[in-house]
Amino acid sequence: MSAVTYLEAISQAIREEMRRDEAVFLLGEDVGTYGGAFKVSAGLLEEFGPERVIDTPMAEAAIIGSAVGAALMGMRPIAEMQFIDFITCGFDQIINMASKMYWRAGMPVPMVIRGPSGGGVKGGPFHSASPEVWFFHTPGIKVVVPATAYDAKGLLKAAIRDNNPVLYLEHKLLYRMPELREELPAEDYIVPLGKAITRREGEDMTILTYGAMVHQCLKAAQVLEQEDGLNVEVIDLRSLSPLDREAILESVKHTNKVLIVHEDTLTGGIGAELAAILAEDLFEYLDGPITRVAAPDAPFPYAPPLEEAYLPNADKILAATRKLAAY
Amino acid sequence: MRLERADLLQIYYLMRLTRAMEDRTRTLFLQGRVAGGVYTAQGHEATTVGAAMTLHDGDCIVPQHRDLGMQLTRGGSPRAVMCQWLARGNSPTLGRDGQLHIGDMHHGIVPMISMLGESLPVACGVALTMKMRKHSTIVMATCGDGATNTGPFHEALNFASVQQLPVVFVIENNGYAYSTPTHKQFAIENLAERALAYGMPGESVDGNDVLAVIEAVERAVEHVRGGKGPALVECKTFRVRGHSEADKADYVPQELRVEWLAKDPIVRFEAYLTGEKILTAAKKAKIEEQVRAVVDDAVSFAEQSPAPDPATVAGYIYAPGGPVAIIGEPGAEDPRYVNALDSRTGRPFNTVTETAKPQFGAPEEVGKR
Repeated sequence: MSAVTYLEAISQAIREEMRRDEAVFLLGEDVGTYGGAFKVSAGLLEEFGPERVIDTPMAEAAIIGSAVGAALMGMRPIAEMQFIDFITCGFDQIINMASKMYWRAGMPVPMVIRGPSGGGVKGGPFHSASPEVWFFHTPGIKVVVPATAYDAKGLLKAAIRDNNPVLYLEHKLLYRMPELREELPAEDYIVPLGKAITRREGEDMTILTYGAMVHQCLKAAQVLEQEDGLNVEVIDLRSLSPLDREAILESVKHTNKVLIVHEDTLTGGIGAELAAILAEDLFEYLDGPITRVAAPDAPFPYAPPLEEAYLPNADKILAATRKLAAY
Repeated sequence: MRLERADLLQIYYLMRLTRAMEDRTRTLFLQGRVAGGVYTAQGHEATTVGAAMTLHDGDCIVPQHRDLGMQLTRGGSPRAVMCQWLARGNSPTLGRDGQLHIGDMHHGIVPMISMLGESLPVACGVALTMKMRKHSTIVMATCGDGATNTGPFHEALNFASVQQLPVVFVIENNGYAYSTPTHKQFAIENLAERALAYGMPGESVDGNDVLAVIEAVERAVEHVRGGKGPALVECKTFRVRGHSEADKADYVPQELRVEWLAKDPIVRFEAYLTGEKILTAAKKAKIEEQVRAVVDDAVSFAEQSPAPDPATVAGYIYAPGGPVAIIGEPGAEDPRYVNALDSRTGRPFNTVTETAKPQFGAPEEVGKR
């Protein structure tokens, strides 16, 4: 068993679930013959044929809407957005069709919408989106964001087996990152939806984060330990909906300080909700201001110096933690 | 499709029942007993009942807000419909949604949403499953003239055609999208022409002539059932009332409305049946009595039904875990499946009732409950 990349972990999850359950199928733009824009689905057409690996027209409402229809029939479709930015073209199918179906009609909609999200690859304003908050705000949709190869595989398997619409946001910057390669268990496993994981234990401060930012936070935490003698706890939320409130509250209760880091823009972001939860539930435990590091309230830029300025990184996180530690 | 005398009377009964249900709903609305707005479809009965008459057991409809006739023809429960209007806690949506936003997959009805046109891609997914799983069933998806202007309409027609999906698209062109007449919506004469662009057969038919509708839709259904991919039928009808009961529709020229009122589908069909001596005065009286009994029963059932429990307002956001049956396959109604029953209540889905299922027996039995 060799170490696999984050991308290979995603591919493995799809392949294994399609082998395990014939109700699982994949549809999206260029997913078949071409194997997907990032080659996530390479080889699937050959193994499963064109009925289960469907190259669709460039039509996101048809892709997502068809997935909803198939899910209502009891299938478990995986709808791929070639870049997650294009999810806006099928927005209504998610917000009004899929998310409210069980709530109003009692029929489960077991489907996954997945696609490359996030920046750091010079994708510019239309190929770098972090769209989680639109769906985080929508009852009835589950939202997961894997940060490691192990989680990429385990969360996708759990998402496919879930009986609800699940938005699975894979980070394109992590796809082939060499340091994320890891050996995965040979046996079948899942990472349950709704459970955060502590990536690093510490008692001086909690950092709440997810996705690619997990790695930036871990870098910053290492520097803080070496240079400042601070032990920072890093919690990878992994699942935004449902949110693991217990893990969040538990950690902050014992560190008493919290920094929230996300790649998405600041205003009305995941951090805003986390801050509200913490202010409401842990008011008396907090020894410093709930602090956020996020992208500025601007669209995602293209030019390298602009992208560098835009994205949170270990240095920006470090600066924020030091300011918070001073309280 | 060969229509026996009993079938013709059944069609007449369903058209009358549809009209009577809507007339009663309007009365309830004027009495302030309906929770929200009311949307009816006077004039559509030939289209909705006629189109649905061509379907078989196991087929699926993807109806819209003016398709009560289609729902009733497929066995839709008048009680469930009235519970929807009156926002009762035992409505198919548990009072969470109103109108004709009802359906369940075991009975082959996909519940619509208010974003018209968005149901059409969903219809494709249902049909895609039927194709993948080699079912012999088909999907009938409807939309109005207004929805033909949306992206999802075009995406769905295109995808259905590329994938050769078993879908019959029925366009109910009723002249207006709310206040907007067709000439402000599209620059073609017949919406059936849209089919040409997507490589599927399309035809336009007089949507107020139920027998013509059945004939045209039957042709489309045969094409689709034969595995030749989707087909489209445009039924030209007219919305003789407003978009909703809050809309006086004074933007409709009086002469146009008068012209279409004269083409009332029920009056026309009645004249035909009377001329053919199929509908006698006695039979007509009997059918009217049955219609009234069904509507009265639906209204009184709804009025005696409980209001939703406010404590449930934030519940049932996520479906529970467990195996999910593939609809239309053996054992799909085994309660071990999460989707076999309405898992919110643990009871069977109630959009269709056995008693409301159309009966094609002796005419005197028509509609008996």
